[in-house]
Amino acid sequence: MSSILEINNLSLSFGGVKALQDVSFRVPENTVTTVIGPNGAGKTSLFNCISGFYKPQQGTIRYQGEVLAGVKPPVRAAMGLARTFQNIALFRGMTVLDNIKLGAHVHMKSGLLGSLAYFGAARREEMAVRSHVEQHIIDFLEIDHIRRQPVASLSYGLQKRVELARALAMRPKVLMLDEPVAGMNREEKEDMARFILDIREEWGVTVLMVEHDMGMVMDISDHIAVLNFGQVITEGLPEEVQKNPQVIEAYLGTSDMDSLRKKLNPEQEVA
Amino acid sequence: MRIGDAKQSYEADEAILTSSTQKIWFALFLFALLLFPFVADAYLLYLGCLVGIAVISTTGLNILTGFTGLISLGQAGFMGVGGYTVAWLSANTGLPFPVTLLLAGLLAAAVGILVGLPSLRVKGLYLAIATLAASVFLHFIFAEWESVTGGMGGLSLEPAHLFGLTFQSDFGMYFIIVPLAVLMVLAAKNVFRTRIGRAFIAIRDRDISAEILGINLLHYKLMSFALSSFYAGVAGGLFAYFFRVVTPESFPLSMSIFYLAAVIVGGMGNLLGGILGAAFMTLIPEALKLLTAALTPFYPNAPIFMSPMLEIIFGALIVGFLIFEPHGLAEIWHRIRRFFSLWPFKN
Amino acid sequence: MDWLFFGEISLAGLAMGGLYALIGLGFVIIYKATRVINFAIGEIMMFAAYLFLAFAGGMEMSPWVALPLAVLGGSLLGGVIEKIMIRPMLGESSISVVMVTIGIASILVGVVEMIWGADPQLLPSFLPRKPVFIGEMYLAPKIAYGFLIGAALLIVYLLYFRFSRGGVALRATASDQAAAYSMGINVRRVFNLAWVFGSLAASLAGVLVAATGGLSPQFGAIGLSVLVVVIVGGLDSIVGALIAGVFIGWLETVAGAYLGGEYRMPATFAVLAVILVFRPYGLFGTHEIERV
Repeated sequence: MSSILEINNLSLSFGGVKALQDVSFRVPENTVTTVIGPNGAGKTSLFNCISGFYKPQQGTIRYQGEVLAGVKPPVRAAMGLARTFQNIALFRGMTVLDNIKLGAHVHMKSGLLGSLAYFGAARREEMAVRSHVEQHIIDFLEIDHIRRQPVASLSYGLQKRVELARALAMRPKVLMLDEPVAGMNREEKEDMARFILDIREEWGVTVLMVEHDMGMVMDISDHIAVLNFGQVITEGLPEEVQKNPQVIEAYLGTSDMDSLRKKLNPEQEVA
Repeated sequence: MRIGDAKQSYEADEAILTSSTQKIWFALFLFALLLFPFVADAYLLYLGCLVGIAVISTTGLNILTGFTGLISLGQAGFMGVGGYTVAWLSANTGLPFPVTLLLAGLLAAAVGILVGLPSLRVKGLYLAIATLAASVFLHFIFAEWESVTGGMGGLSLEPAHLFGLTFQSDFGMYFIIVPLAVLMVLAAKNVFRTRIGRAFIAIRDRDISAEILGINLLHYKLMSFALSSFYAGVAGGLFAYFFRVVTPESFPLSMSIFYLAAVIVGGMGNLLGGILGAAFMTLIPEALKLLTAALTPFYPNAPIFMSPMLEIIFGALIVGFLIFEPHGLAEIWHRIRRFFSLWPFKN
Repeated sequence: MDWLFFGEISLAGLAMGGLYALIGLGFVIIYKATRVINFAIGEIMMFAAYLFLAFAGGMEMSPWVALPLAVLGGSLLGGVIEKIMIRPMLGESSISVVMVTIGIASILVGVVEMIWGADPQLLPSFLPRKPVFIGEMYLAPKIAYGFLIGAALLIVYLLYFRFSRGGVALRATASDQAAAYSMGINVRRVFNLAWVFGSLAASLAGVLVAATGGLSPQFGAIGLSVLVVVIVGGLDSIVGALIAGVFIGWLETVAGAYLGGEYRMPATFAVLAVILVFRPYGLFGTHEIERV
């Protein structure tokens, strides 16, 4: 399978702190690829590099065969790299509908004069976006009932869903989701997992996700990369990754299951 | 009591006036504006013109500060650019007022873009300070570039004219100022129904996320500066036609603070708020004048206290609204409306 | 070129700059601890100077009693402003807080004009009148002694913030509010004290500046020069405020003497514009890492 996104030898540091060291992995096209790793492993920094917000000191990011160095974040968005944020970055001064429509910004053309007059092409374009958003995104994500509400009034789970809607309005080729189910209850998680699978299958979008919820990761991922202390430990299919002793060590601090059990349950030993 | 009404098309749903009640009220309001100069006395007419000018300038500043989150202390300077442009053009070219006002707006917009350029590198308060620097430079130019601006003495103007008509009286000026104000507020409203307005608000709320979502920050910040100073330039041009003289002291720093106060008191990021704020802030000094006149027979010193009292009231309004009603008069207005929209079925 | 004249002008400018450095220090203290840009600092200076006028002129106190009282009054004003107008804004956007300080400035101008009138006034002279010569260069005694008093307070401040408990608390709060709070530092108190100390420095400088140049309700415009100082130096840098203060004071005086009074502000603001474009966080300010 060809890769839509390829990270090669990426290094990023802030002063003396090395956030990413020589990170390489690939995102095969039309898969759900997940980056996992303990807190502080550099997952969000990686996303920020792909978005173009951080400039890595070394290495390349190749998107659809093209090296992204020097491409500004808005241009990357227009090229089809859409994302959501770990700590929800909705625009609090706008309604749900306007937040979603904002996602379509890069695909719209109307200029200032057209906007001032709200006439002709500018008006038609707004209407086209509205109907696209309504029919394909709001319906799909089942958020019709809240479209008029200011985003600040929504529950956490719904806010995450609106963020997903906004990213979808960007017509992504690669959709980057930063912890899409963090802080959700079980039902919300299941909904979100279903949406992610549908997005990949029906929309043909490649999903790149950072997530801690191992149940969900193992269920819906096609490809997993494991990051620890800024380095990729391994990548591969979910089953392969699960068995990798280094991964177990990174997550649990040891690969020796016996000693781990002792650590977790010292009383049992006595009994 | 108002009841819901269903829409047949997205077009109808996105209209500025969505219900027939709103349409009727708006028509009544326009009719009242039209009727006003025929029933108002000279003083009220004068006030009407002042409010109209203030509404245009406040709307401009609201676009920049209220909607895009870029605080500006240069509004008076931009108005000055417009005022001097109109004064110079009317003295040297004899162009009719629609042309001079348009040029005033465009020149102010160009200056606005220049002032906004540091937003490439700085933001927030640093940018506010760049606008402060701009207003210092502009004031300096107004005062020192004597061959063009007339130095400290300033420039005086012929009345506005078009097709042989001259607009000498306040009555005439009213019919230039108020229609223009209505038009420009509606145009601003339109902007916020489109992608450009959404981009402005996105920059205000979370600029970094906005950039990652595809908004070119510099481009839209400069556009906001240009649009805002265009409004200021037109307002300044009207100011020049209205008072028929401009001097460096016509556009002091305190005027920039006045407009900032109007935006805050009215409601940042709310166009209706801008209108309310402009009217309120323009009328306060007048109300104070009336009060002073009423008190003078009892306290002969009252007139001396008027100007400091005004400073205190402006300051207290800024502080008070920011602490107690950060959404401004617009929020109070909405509260009243919500009350009546369910009335009498809610207690 | 007349080097003696240039030397004398420069000396006067540097002495003035020393006072700017003191005000800048007051500004930076407030900013470092509370992250509030205080547009009202010029008006706080003005208020203290008017207090001095009232004590030493109206009530005929000895200037050496009136000076500390006025400075105390100015610092109390700073503390009160923090308590009733700035604290409710905690957590609001920095732009809103700045606008509150602009509102406060407007209120203070009105109050001062209400009490003392709009006309310019002279402060009773209280500094020695013997001309001061440095080499051949003459320096007006008011400026020279004003500089010495200001410099003395400045040194006390620097030592205090370096070595005292309060200074450590302030610096801790400046570098990480949450951590300082969890270590048992009373952050609210630090905020209040920062306003008191910042206003104290500004108040003393206010009386000294007013003693050389006179006083009117427009005096607060000096706050604009201070703004230039702290932006050029870097909002959160004490060293920056000191160096930029001296430099801007010198530049303003030299520009005023050679080009004319109307060039004072444009000259310093030109420096400001250059700094904003090329070193937006000032010569010594820290540039924070942005996060999504």
